[in-house]
Amino acid sequence: MSLQNEHQQVVETVEQALSQEVRRLSETESGLTADNLSRRGFLKLSGVAGGGLVLAMALPSTKSMAQEEQDITGSMELNTFIKVTSEGKIQIYAQAPDMGQGVRTALPMIAAEELGVKWEDVEVLQAPVAERFGVQFAGGSLSVPREYQKMREMGASAREMFIGAAAAAMNVPREELKVEDSMVIHTSGQSMSFAELAQPSLANQPVPDPGTLKFKDKSEYKIIGSSQITGIDNTFLVTGNPLFGIDIKIPDMLYASYMKCPSISGKAVSANLEDIKRLPGIKDAFIIEGDGNFQQLLSGVAIVGNSTWAVFNAKQQLKVEWDTSSASKDSWTAMVEFADGNKDNDGSEPIAEVGDVAAAFADPANKVLTSHYEYPFLSHFCLEPINCTADYKKGENGEADTLDLWAPHQFPARMYTAAETVFGLPKEQVMVHPVTRIGGGFGRRFTSEFVCEAIAISKHVGAPVKLTWSREDCVRHDFYRSGGFQTVKAAVDADGKLVAWQNHLFATKLGERYTWEGRLNETEFPMLNVPNVKATKTPYEIGTPCGALRAPGSNVNAFVAESFINELAVAAGRDHLEFLLEIMGEPRWFEEGNPRSLHTGRAAGVIKAAAEKAGWGRQLPAGQGLGLAFHFSHAGYVAQVADVTVSSDKKLIVNKVTVAVDVGPIINMSGARAQVEGSVIDGISAMVGQKITMEDGAIEQSNFHDYPVMRIPATPEIDIHFLETDNPPTGLGEPAYPVVTPAVTNAIFAATGQRIRKLPLREHGYSI
Amino acid sequence: MPTYTLTINGVDQELEADPAMPLLWALRDVLGMVGTKFGCGIGQCGACTVHVDGQPMRACSIPASALVGRSITTIEGLAADANLTALQQAWVDLDVPQCGYCQSGQLMAAAALLESKPNPTDDDIDAAMAGNYCRCGTYVRIRQAIHQAASNKTAMFYDATATNAEEDVA
Ligand code: FES
Ligand code: FES
Repeated sequence: MSLQNEHQQVVETVEQALSQEVRRLSETESGLTADNLSRRGFLKLSGVAGGGLVLAMALPSTKSMAQEEQDITGSMELNTFIKVTSEGKIQIYAQAPDMGQGVRTALPMIAAEELGVKWEDVEVLQAPVAERFGVQFAGGSLSVPREYQKMREMGASAREMFIGAAAAAMNVPREELKVEDSMVIHTSGQSMSFAELAQPSLANQPVPDPGTLKFKDKSEYKIIGSSQITGIDNTFLVTGNPLFGIDIKIPDMLYASYMKCPSISGKAVSANLEDIKRLPGIKDAFIIEGDGNFQQLLSGVAIVGNSTWAVFNAKQQLKVEWDTSSASKDSWTAMVEFADGNKDNDGSEPIAEVGDVAAAFADPANKVLTSHYEYPFLSHFCLEPINCTADYKKGENGEADTLDLWAPHQFPARMYTAAETVFGLPKEQVMVHPVTRIGGGFGRRFTSEFVCEAIAISKHVGAPVKLTWSREDCVRHDFYRSGGFQTVKAAVDADGKLVAWQNHLFATKLGERYTWEGRLNETEFPMLNVPNVKATKTPYEIGTPCGALRAPGSNVNAFVAESFINELAVAAGRDHLEFLLEIMGEPRWFEEGNPRSLHTGRAAGVIKAAAEKAGWGRQLPAGQGLGLAFHFSHAGYVAQVADVTVSSDKKLIVNKVTVAVDVGPIINMSGARAQVEGSVIDGISAMVGQKITMEDGAIEQSNFHDYPVMRIPATPEIDIHFLETDNPPTGLGEPAYPVVTPAVTNAIFAATGQRIRKLPLREHGYSI
Repeated sequence: MPTYTLTINGVDQELEADPAMPLLWALRDVLGMVGTKFGCGIGQCGACTVHVDGQPMRACSIPASALVGRSITTIEGLAADANLTALQQAWVDLDVPQCGYCQSGQLMAAAALLESKPNPTDDDIDAAMAGNYCRCGTYVRIRQAIHQAASNKTAMFYDATATNAEEDVA
């Protein structure tokens, strides 16, 4: 069976990137000789990093790597990720930028644990964007599962090198040594600190074969799982240090804005460019033709000036004639009408068919229920607006052009691809500079269209520019969570047992590609749990760009499935908890050996834990209710119980959300809790007020005033329980997000008897 | 372009800028002080919060030239010396930031609150902080951190007292 739907694209993307790298390498591999292998090259060949990227690390193949090779001074490199300074401080590279998911803290923690360094002695460096660091990609809740073993190996390998150096210095067998708190300690009690050992002899220690490395037992952990460790950048953040892409300033930099057609993918024909150029602080204004590809470079009007304000201000006065013949014609109203007209159809494309749903629906002993669900398009609203700084330099005297880039990007290496595909600049001429922090990602920052815009502008004006999108640009030119509609139908038998499940999905697609929300997978819960299943879709072509938004696909499927399960439990006169546990059945993997498939026992574990901690079943006053929901996404098991009070004027108070999570062991406890807290708040925020609509291909919302977000007074108490089962650790950026919506809507039903089948709640008169 | 002088974090800074330029952009683009953040530009999100004569203000919505002679404090000047304030320390210890982008504004709003109400209730916090949006959802900890700074508790790490792990109940 295939991987879970929601992982597929992410995994595909990563695999694609990998195979490209490997292919490129095999072309250059023949140039490798023993002589040109630096020590670094040797390390890589010895396999410390493991996997197909091993060779990549030996080759300074981009401008950035060539530059970085020269920069290595001062500290000794023990392996790709770990260096030691002459004072014995440990420097660990953070592989991917931190967008709030805590990877800059969590991944170095794993290496530090195995190494045996005191966390206070660790300095986290942001890794350059270079092959030797592997896939520098943040998303899909994949960082921890993907990097866990590698980071352990990096730490354990460096530890063995310290032990080897200490064994030589103390003249004792290495078996009698252990590492703890930045010290190598002999059984006699004699010890040497990392600082004492930070000598050339340390770097000359043989690099251990990864196969021989031993890892710590959980009981010995001092760093992993500690609640004393907090975000590595906190001090810099609370003092306003420049850490974000938008904070970049380089000499002679100009500022730019870019106006695209409100009807997405339309073309700029003409504009009042001469008027704009006369405005204060404006240096240039011009039309960019673009290539018509919204992933790359759409047509628009660039304005360049001496401050962000000057270009924003000028943009307000810009008058553009647009050619909308090739633009999106999308209309939310039309989508609603289409879905309404087709909701009871069978659906033209099959997704899954098991058993015989028709027979189950026809059986007079069964109770059959049908419901229609609707959910809107959403925008990401990352607080740091989209921005990119580009410095395109024309080569002089026959030299090649060069390009330097800085941007908040969830997959920075893709900027190399964009520069090559759209501007024909091979990697050797491009340097993607690492950015330490990203002001929110949520799946928004995988595309490179803003990078292409900045490159095109810098190239045109012949100067470095920082392109900043206004909030309005961000809202109107997002890669949205697709809205949609689902018709679900199910049967419970005379004993109240769920026996048939049918789902018909309105599936949005862009060209040949279904959106995340148009890709219901046959493994989506609860379809593997029910004997008779049928799922189909009706495709619907759209022109609005769509992309991943936190737990893509799952964030709508959970709302539909978990709400409908509650409807069925109510119809069957069953307790929701008991009904849900019965659906799980005996503890088993749906696909033995695939940790990304559902294990019903782990699911039941979180469901029971959440119910127990929330006091499921207790009596509540009128207007108050508990709602339960479970979902499995991104290999994570999450159950939540929402406790809500609804007043007579439909003011919704979420009193408390109890969350039980099983993602295996927790690496960074504070960060893990933060992800759950954030997911709950984000979920409530979206379900209550957020909706993107479009007419004539143009998005109708623009800023916080018409896309309301939850603010501090509505914050519920959030009670979090990690089960920490003995399974490999998996990511937590996403799986808690889809669950809160149905938990709250089920609680609203318990409190008021009103079933919510359409989001956002604001459209039913609710407020928070 | 006219020149004027602003008093920022106790230091007089001369700048040459369009008089209509909002303080936000004067700080970020002209003076290179990028701790104050741009989020919405329309006074809705609070990312650009600074103090003007001790009062929280939206830097995106006031022209810099209107602030001549006033005392402006930004996130860079919140800690008067090399040490963090109790509020900043609480933010670090309770691990408030996620992406961190809103946090300059949150801290400036919270600092102004503590200035006027040294021992705020939850309602006071809600009222004072409702204008500061956190996309990552750090509100639970913002509330805790303000309380902690107010009670001047010695640093207590985030939730160190809570039971962090439950036994597998499956
Ligand atoms: S940027 Fe000033 S309030 Fe949002
Ligand atoms: S921490 Fe990301 S917006 Fe607040």
